[in-house]
Amino acid sequence: MAEEAAVANDQNLPPLANRTPVKTEEALKTLLADRGGKRYYAELKELDVDKEALKKTLDMTFKSRMKTWLEICAHCAMCAETCLYYIANDRDPKQTPSYKIQTTLGEIVKRKGDVDNAFMHYCMDTAWGKCTCCTRCGIYCPFGIDMGVMFGYLRGLCYSQGFVPFELKIGAGMHWVYNAQMDVTPTDYIETVEWMVEEWEEYYPGLTVPVDKEGADIMYVVNAREPKHYPEDLAEAAVLFHLAGADWTIPSTVGWEGTSLAMFAGDWPCCTQQVKGVYSAMERLKVKRYVGTECGHQHRATITEGPYWAGRKDGLPPGEKPSLHYVEWVLEVLKSGALKLDPAKKIKEPVTLQDPCNYIRNHGLTNVTREIMSYIAEDFREMSPNREHNFCCGGGGGLNGIGLYRKERDIGLKVKRDQILATGAKFVVSPCHNCWDAIRDLEEVYEIGITWSFLKPILLKQVIVPDHMKPKE
Amino acid sequence: MYEFVSGPLVWISFGIFFVGLLVRVIAYVKGLDWQKDRVAYSAAGIPGAVKSIVYWLIPFKSQAWRDNPVFTIGTFVFHLCLLAVPIFLLGHNILWDESWGISWWTLSDMTADWLTLLFFAAVVFLIIRRIVNPDVRLLTTGYDYLIIAIAAAPFVTGYMAYHQWFDYKTILIIHILAGELMLIAIPFTKLSHFVLFFCSRAQLGMDYGIKRGGRYGRGICW
Ligand code: HEM
Ligand code: HEM
Ligand code: SF4
Ligand code: SF4
Repeated sequence: MAEEAAVANDQNLPPLANRTPVKTEEALKTLLADRGGKRYYAELKELDVDKEALKKTLDMTFKSRMKTWLEICAHCAMCAETCLYYIANDRDPKQTPSYKIQTTLGEIVKRKGDVDNAFMHYCMDTAWGKCTCCTRCGIYCPFGIDMGVMFGYLRGLCYSQGFVPFELKIGAGMHWVYNAQMDVTPTDYIETVEWMVEEWEEYYPGLTVPVDKEGADIMYVVNAREPKHYPEDLAEAAVLFHLAGADWTIPSTVGWEGTSLAMFAGDWPCCTQQVKGVYSAMERLKVKRYVGTECGHQHRATITEGPYWAGRKDGLPPGEKPSLHYVEWVLEVLKSGALKLDPAKKIKEPVTLQDPCNYIRNHGLTNVTREIMSYIAEDFREMSPNREHNFCCGGGGGLNGIGLYRKERDIGLKVKRDQILATGAKFVVSPCHNCWDAIRDLEEVYEIGITWSFLKPILLKQVIVPDHMKPKE
Repeated sequence: MYEFVSGPLVWISFGIFFVGLLVRVIAYVKGLDWQKDRVAYSAAGIPGAVKSIVYWLIPFKSQAWRDNPVFTIGTFVFHLCLLAVPIFLLGHNILWDESWGISWWTLSDMTADWLTLLFFAAVVFLIIRRIVNPDVRLLTTGYDYLIIAIAAAPFVTGYMAYHQWFDYKTILIIHILAGELMLIAIPFTKLSHFVLFFCSRAQLGMDYGIKRGGRYGRGICW
C-alpha cells in the first residue's frame, strides 16, 4: 500500500504513460504499483502523438491488402449483425464493424497520421472496447474484408504511440521481462510442477514430469496462469500424459510458456521474442512436436501467427511432426486407445461446447472437439450458430483483463449467455482459458445457473486407469 | 463533336480502363507481403482462393448471401444488368462491328429495354436501403451516391437515347460521354472492386486455405 501511494504521488517518477514498452522488472513493478492505472490513464490524456513516427509506420506496414479493404468497402453494412457488440448493444449502428474501422484506422490513413490525443483515445476505446478481434465479421463481408485483422493492426499503431489499456501494457511487459504472461520464472514453474507431482503421486504411482528430456516426442507448453493460479491443471496434464504412456517433456528454460498478451497489446517485436523462445526450446530439446495447453490465443500466437513473427517462410512452427493444440492430442490418444474412457461415466446431463475463435474459425480444429464430445457426453447440444460461425465468448482479444472496458465486455457477454441458454444445457465444455474465464464471468454477472469446465478434469473423471497403474492400497 | 466522342475518346477510355485495371491488379499483388499479411502465399492456397470467389459469385451460396436474401437479389440484379446490358446490347454491337469488325450474341432490343428498367428498380432499391436502414445510413457518404450515379448514368442516358427523348443527337453524345466516364472512373474509384473484388477474395481465401484451417480441410466458412 505504501508503495502504491508513493507511485500515485511521486512527482519525480518518469511518466508511466509513454511510447516505450516496459522492458525491465523495475519499470514493471512501478507500473504494477499504480493500482488500476489511475495515474497511467491520467497521464495518457496528456500524451503527445508522434505524428512523424505514425506516418512512417504506415508507410512501411500499411500495404495493399488493407489499403484495398479500406478503399473498396461498399458501405453495405452486411457486417453489422455479425458482430457480437452490435447485437449486445441493441443493434447500435455505431457498432457496425465497418463503421468502427473506417472511423479509426480509415481516418488515421486518410490524415496520414496527423491525429491528436483525443482521436487516439477514440481509437483505443474502439480497438479494445468494441472489438475482440474475433474475425467473425470478415467471413460475412462480400469483399472478404477482415476487420478483426485490421483491428489487430490498429492496436499495433495505438500501442506504438503509447495508447494501450493499462493491463495490456503490463501484459506485454511481462512477456518482455519473463517471457511469460505473468511474473513466473522457469524456476517457479518447475518448482510448482514438482510440488504437484509430489501431491498427486500417491494416487498415480510412478507419476513424473520429464524435464528437459532431449528427443522427446512431445514438448508440452503451458499458460502461466496454470502454475500461478491453477496448478492442478498441470497435475491433470501430467496424469493424462502418464496414463496415455506419452513420451513427453517440459523445458526448464524460456519457452515453457506459450501465450502472448503482447499479441492482444499489439507489441509485435515482443510477440516475436515470445514465440522465438518457444521455438528455441523445441530446437534445443530436439523434440518431435509441440503440444500446447487448453488455450486458444496461445495456439494462435505460437502456432498460427507465430511462425510469421519468427520469420519462418513456410508459415509453420519447427518440429518434424505438426504442432498440436491440446484437443488434437486428446483426440489422438482417444482414437488410438492409448487413453480409454469408461462409457458408463459419460456425462448424462445436456452439455454444450464453446468453439474458441482462435483455433476453430482461425485454425479449423472444428471437428476435433466434436469428436471428443462423442466420447465424453451422451447429450451433446450444439450452440447456434456454431463451428466457424460461432460467436466470440466475449472475452477474447484480452477483453477479460481490461478494467477500463469491463462494462463493455460485460454487455458483450450477453450474446454468449443467450446462446448457452438456448441450448438448454447447464454445462459448458470450454477448452480455452479465455473462453473459460468469460463463461465464468458471465455466470457471475448474469447468474444463469451454469457450470463450465476444461477437458482435462472431465477426462480424468472418465478415464480407465489400467490395473498396473493403480496405487497398491 | 459526335465524331470525337464516338471515335478517339472511346479508344482513350477503353485504354485507360484496361491499363488502369491491369495496374491495379499488379499493384495489389506486388503489395502483398507474406510476413506482414501473415500468409505463406503458395500454390497450396489456390483451392481456397477459388472457393472464396465462387461462393460469393453465386447468389445464396455463402452464408451471408443467405442471411440477407432481399439485398442479395437486389445487388445481383444490379450487377447482372450492369454487365449484361452494355455487352450484349444490339446498339453497342453494331458499333463494335463497324469499328473493329467484332460482334457477338445480342439481346433483343425489347429484352434490353426491360433489363434497363429492372436495373433502375435495383438502383432505386439500393438507394432506398441506404436511406432507410440505419446501419447503412451511418456508413453512407456522398461518395457512395456518386459511384451509384456514375454507374447509373449510362443507363439513364442510353434509355433516353433509345426512346428518342429530347434531342436524340445531344442525348446520344451525353450517353456516350457517360459511358466513357464510367469506364475511366472504374480504375480510379472504388468501382475498382471490378477487379479488386477478385483480388481481395482470393487473398482471404488463401489466408483461410493456408493458415486458418485449410490444412484440416476446413477454412471454408463462407
Ligand atoms: C463507351 C462508349 C459507349 C457508346 C459509344 C455507346 C453507344 C450507345 C448507342 C449508340 C446506343 C443506342 C442508342 C439507340 O438505340 O439509339 C446505346 C444505348 C444504350 N447504352 Fe450505350 N454506349 C456506350 C457505353 C455504355 C455503357 C458503359 C453502358 C452501361 C453501363 C451503356 C448502356 C446503354 C443502355 C442501357 C442503352 C439503351 C438500352 C435500351 O434502353 O434499349 N452504354 N449506347
Ligand atoms: C464482376 C464484377 C463485379 C463484382 C464481383 C462486384 C461485386 C460487388 C460487391 C460484392 C459489392 C458489395 C455489395 C453490394 O453493395 O452490392 C458491390 C457493390 C457495388 N458495385 Fe460491384 N461488382 C462488380 C462490378 C461492378 C461494376 C463494373 C460496377 C460499376 C461500374 C459496380 C458497381 C457497384 C456499386 C455502385 C456498388 C455499391 C452498391 C450499393 O450502393 O450498395 N460493380 N459490387
Ligand atoms: S460487409 Fe464488407 S463491404 Fe459491406 S460494409 Fe461491411 S466491410 Fe464494408
Ligand atoms: S472482429 Fe469480431 S468483435 Fe471485432 S468487429 Fe468483427 S465481429 Fe466485432
